[in-house]
Amino acid sequence: MAQMNIDSQTNTNNDEALHLRPELHYIIDMVKPESHVLDLGCGEGYLLKALQKQKRARVQGIELSDTAVQACVEKGLFVYHGDLDEGLADFNDQSMDYVILTSTIQVLHRPDFLIKEAARVGKRAIISVPNFGYWRVRMQLMFQGVMPRTKHLPYEWYDSPNIHLTTIKDFRRFCHENRLRIAGETDLVIDQGACKLVRMHPNFFADYGIFLLEKE
Amino acid sequence: MPELLHLILGSEMISSEAESVGIVETQYFTFAEPPNELHLECGRKLGPITLAYETYGRLNEDKSNAILIVHALTLDAHVAGKNHPDDPKPGWWDNAVGPGKAFDTNKYFVICSNVIGGCKGSTGPSSINPETGRPYGLDFPMVTILDMVHAQKQLIDHLGIKQLMCVAGGSMGGMQVLQWTVSYPEMVRLAMPIATTARLSAQAIAFDAVGRHAIMSDPNWNNGDYYGRSIPSSGLAIARMIGHITYMSDVSMHQKFGRGLQDKSEPDYDFVTEFQVESYLNYRGESFVNRFDPNSYLYITKAMDYFDLALPSGELRKELAGVKAAFLVVSFSSDWLFPPYMSKEIVSALRRNNIDVSYAEIQSDYGHDAFLVEVDTLGRLITNFLEYADPRTNGADEY
Repeated sequence: MAQMNIDSQTNTNNDEALHLRPELHYIIDMVKPESHVLDLGCGEGYLLKALQKQKRARVQGIELSDTAVQACVEKGLFVYHGDLDEGLADFNDQSMDYVILTSTIQVLHRPDFLIKEAARVGKRAIISVPNFGYWRVRMQLMFQGVMPRTKHLPYEWYDSPNIHLTTIKDFRRFCHENRLRIAGETDLVIDQGACKLVRMHPNFFADYGIFLLEKE
Repeated sequence: MPELLHLILGSEMISSEAESVGIVETQYFTFAEPPNELHLECGRKLGPITLAYETYGRLNEDKSNAILIVHALTLDAHVAGKNHPDDPKPGWWDNAVGPGKAFDTNKYFVICSNVIGGCKGSTGPSSINPETGRPYGLDFPMVTILDMVHAQKQLIDHLGIKQLMCVAGGSMGGMQVLQWTVSYPEMVRLAMPIATTARLSAQAIAFDAVGRHAIMSDPNWNNGDYYGRSIPSSGLAIARMIGHITYMSDVSMHQKFGRGLQDKSEPDYDFVTEFQVESYLNYRGESFVNRFDPNSYLYITKAMDYFDLALPSGELRKELAGVKAAFLVVSFSSDWLFPPYMSKEIVSALRRNNIDVSYAEIQSDYGHDAFLVEVDTLGRLITNFLEYADPRTNGADEY
């Protein structure tokens, strides 16, 4: 389990880098240069901006929050203000090199629908999920008998936007059942702005999983 | 419509702290002298044609900073500043056009022209027909959004501009923006169709038709031949009242008027003006007849009715296939005349053609009028889009 301090590797004078969550660097690494990228739930566009700069990618995003949409336009990004649960009907099959969903599927009404849409529109899909099988989560439920709250899942049961949580194991099974090949997987523990790679029993030791998917 | 802003928001919003462009002069450009008349979509010819226009800011050396603003139904070339120091109000989009404003005249050269068919200095039904020496009236040919754009193209050529940095406009202005990107794809780098549609809906055609009926059934209309006599003012006022209802929303009317009575605390139980909303509509109608030609209202609403960018194929995606501009499409949540789904249709067709497009739906209670009212939110989008989306200055090579 090699520890990697991301901040020391990037230019900290760079405004975007300061705002880029550490786990996103692993996603950037998965994207080939000069690709066409669609980020679903792109927030304020930090990942897209980094991909544009570091990978010369042609990027666009979809985002529900109006303030985040403003922030994207402020970065010179092309963004669509809309709801992901409506799907990706405007996009042709395999019209993107990558469709990205970071920490997003758990808030959707039909994550299965959008994952399949992402795999339809993208030649590849990159999907990251907080792992509900992480040992701290299990311990809270097991020993305290309460709904788990963690760094990635900080909400109370009643106000959580996370309505479809998954584990790394469940997600792998979903991919298998839906004929999505896992072409790459990075499992992490994210702590205080740094990530630790988890190779052994990630469903227990990792709190975050990143999957690179291709249609079989 | 600036008066409406005053009524809604009070005068403090209009006299914002940003500077004004100051005193501007309306200019005139005449072209299409016979035998080189402009060929119109309806099959007829029109010429000579005069366009009234105004410009703000300075055209840079390589003529790459020109922005064309195209106006809505009853507006004109006078976007910003004042024509005379004692004008009571500045131009119709003064809060968006000027030094340091969304269309920053310190950086950009802004042009706006009155459409053909209009009555604010451009050739229209109230202009003199050179063949008869009298106002055209109904002899004026039917003009379309495409014809308006063809005429503007002549003006842009006249100004020596090969490519516009941006074409922007709301409502019928947005239709012209879309038409520009289709008719002259190489001439537009950025396009901002705001609160608009690619084809006028049956509902909107219906409202236009009622407005026209009001004008044409006014005895003073006299088949459009009323110049030098009493104008069909009650018909035009009714048309304007109908228009205003469609520009507002249920919420904005409720907030502004509610069921309030006009200058009284008890109803009179008669047919005089009882409610504030009635009084407001009367005022809107009456003030409009002093500044607009009834025949122009007929012609321009017809131009909007005919607008269908999906023709001839019937598929908007196909008709937008040749577009080159990058787009910022904006709609407003409470706009029921041009609802957000119409903007989404435009965005969908652009995306299917792999064209760069940003789309924002601004939350607003002001209905269709929001495009003139929500200047803070809309202005921020415009500022940043102009600053960062221009492929000329923000090409991928920079990274």
